[in-house]
Amino acid sequence: MTAPFDLNDDNVVVIIGTGAGGGVLANELAQKGVSVVALEAGGRYLPEDYINDEWDSFGQLAWTDPRTTSGDWRVAKDFSGLPAWIVKAVGGTTTHWAGASLRFQDHEWKAKTTYGDVQGANLLDWPIDPREMDDYYTKAETKLGVTRTGGRAGLPGNNNYKVFEKGAKALGYEHVHTGRMAINSADNDDRMACQQTGFCFQGCKWGAKWSSAYTDIPRGEATGNLEVRERCHVMRIEHDQQGKVTGVVYVDADSNQQQQKARVVCVAGNSIESPRLLLNSASAMFPDGLANSSGQVGRNYMRHVTGSVYATFDQPVRMWRGTTMAGIIQDEAINDPSRGFVGGYELETLALGLPFMAAFLDPGGWGREFTTALDHYENMAGMWIVGEDMPQETNRITLNHAVTDQHGLPVADVHFDDHPNDVAMRNHAYKQGIAVYEAVGATRVFPTPPYPSTHNLGTNRMSANARDGVVNAHGQTHDIANLFVSDGSQFTSGAAENPTLTIVALAIRQADFIAAEMNKQTL
Amino acid sequence: MSIRNQTLTRRQLLSQSAMMGTSFAIGASFVAGQAEAANWALEVEHLKPETMATLIQMARDIYPHDQVSDEFYAIAVKGYDSADTAEATEAGIATLNAAAQGIGFATYIDVGWERDRVDLLRGMENSAFFQQIRGGLVTGLYNQKAVWPIFGYEGESYSQGGYMYRGFDDINWL
Repeated sequence: MTAPFDLNDDNVVVIIGTGAGGGVLANELAQKGVSVVALEAGGRYLPEDYINDEWDSFGQLAWTDPRTTSGDWRVAKDFSGLPAWIVKAVGGTTTHWAGASLRFQDHEWKAKTTYGDVQGANLLDWPIDPREMDDYYTKAETKLGVTRTGGRAGLPGNNNYKVFEKGAKALGYEHVHTGRMAINSADNDDRMACQQTGFCFQGCKWGAKWSSAYTDIPRGEATGNLEVRERCHVMRIEHDQQGKVTGVVYVDADSNQQQQKARVVCVAGNSIESPRLLLNSASAMFPDGLANSSGQVGRNYMRHVTGSVYATFDQPVRMWRGTTMAGIIQDEAINDPSRGFVGGYELETLALGLPFMAAFLDPGGWGREFTTALDHYENMAGMWIVGEDMPQETNRITLNHAVTDQHGLPVADVHFDDHPNDVAMRNHAYKQGIAVYEAVGATRVFPTPPYPSTHNLGTNRMSANARDGVVNAHGQTHDIANLFVSDGSQFTSGAAENPTLTIVALAIRQADFIAAEMNKQTL
Repeated sequence: MSIRNQTLTRRQLLSQSAMMGTSFAIGASFVAGQAEAANWALEVEHLKPETMATLIQMARDIYPHDQVSDEFYAIAVKGYDSADTAEATEAGIATLNAAAQGIGFATYIDVGWERDRVDLLRGMENSAFFQQIRGGLVTGLYNQKAVWPIFGYEGESYSQGGYMYRGFDDINWL
């Protein structure tokens, strides 16, 4: 098939990655008539391809190219080669995400102002006014079909939710519901309603959960303005002597190197690959990597304060039935430093199948202490903690020159140490999560350590001032006007909420900016 | 008869298997009636049979589920019967047997109480051999679809239309 856009076409916007950031940006620009070439490292998988089997699906979708880890986080010990559980496919991690779609709270856009000086934390306010985001959030909720917004009904609660809700109410929690989810509670936008199948993490076979793979991507392609090149891994971004980016060099599906020229380049490979690409693009003019005059590229890596609480009961729950993330407690998402930490956290139900429960309940665990937990798998309920972690300069993505990937490029090393605030928050959340289940008669509880990160944030952060971060309020790099960052690595702070809705809202907003600047010939 | 008494040669395995029709035994605690496990038995080519039997016991001691038969543990570790890994596996099991001798038993399998065998395993918990066996079992045992129903796990549900009309919210004891 002839590519719609020539490799030498220097009028195209090249977007690297097709997930919540890149996939949405690609479609939004294509809808405005902008020519877009999206380069996606992974292959294309659609609902008919998804596999309702945890390990088989992991083999199909997960990004398993080599990475290394360091730091005191437990993931570095338990899963040293797998710091993140994210996806390499058209649609990126929107195939895998659970669908939780929450707006930031106003104070979370102003982390530095709200939390003050927290020792060891590199806090900063976002250069965005929360009110400016209202309309973009509404657009994002409409795009994703988020339940409990825009008149859309909530999803029904499954067994796992019912246990969770009863415990939450017994504790006096008030903000407890089946979530604001990008999972249809009724047919909507050419996608059908949720059939309570489970396996949300493995790609929704009904298409009831929003993913850019089968919404924004094909809609963008239908305009004739978007070309998605699958299995194309970008090795580096190139620039001219004026310091403007001119295109990218990538390895195509046949392992041939190609060079695509570009008017604008947008990096949306997630918070591990995006800084890695900027660092791997170092040149004589930019010896520390592109857009890195601040030295902040790769720094302030955030992954949310996470962890899980599972509990067994004397009777069956069968938590795997139905929506994986089936409900939420929001009462702890407030900022109340009297709890011993700044920021807040959400509690959200979560279920794993038996194979992943064996891998993640207590990594490394064995013997009867471990197996008696799994013996009562059918009687188990589960929840996940997602809270705001502190940005730290030393938590960072660096190039590990001792290890190279299949293309000969240095891999990313992911270094993370928990901040004392993170530890205090996690311990509080474990305590509350345990209390929820004990209020419903749990016979045993399991404060389960964090899984490899799915929320990877902050490594090319937004800042008002060029010395404090990598990109401005539009995701445009401070150093290079036609180089943008379009994924969660823009995040100045992590907030307590699952990040996808905000990534999508920022992508819609960025598309407006890029299209306007192109019209003005300033890009 | 118990697993610790088995010192069968491959020939004996074959003859017992034939003698017992569809089922054959390494001791009473390992009865592999299903074709897949029987195939494993017939394919023990690179490990000594007693080494494989010890490996199966070790697997059970690492992840003991009394309701799960030895057959599934055998399937989980049968991959170690390969030319590439046999030497390392024989060495690892020899270390385990030496530890058993240190507490007065001839072999690991001769140690009668699980708690005593587990103590031996704790002593080698940080070894590469133990971690390899343990790590392999996480998928080797728990990712067997035939094991899932024993734990009540139902696996995929898409082919049956999900749980929308099949009990996603049927909890009745709250």
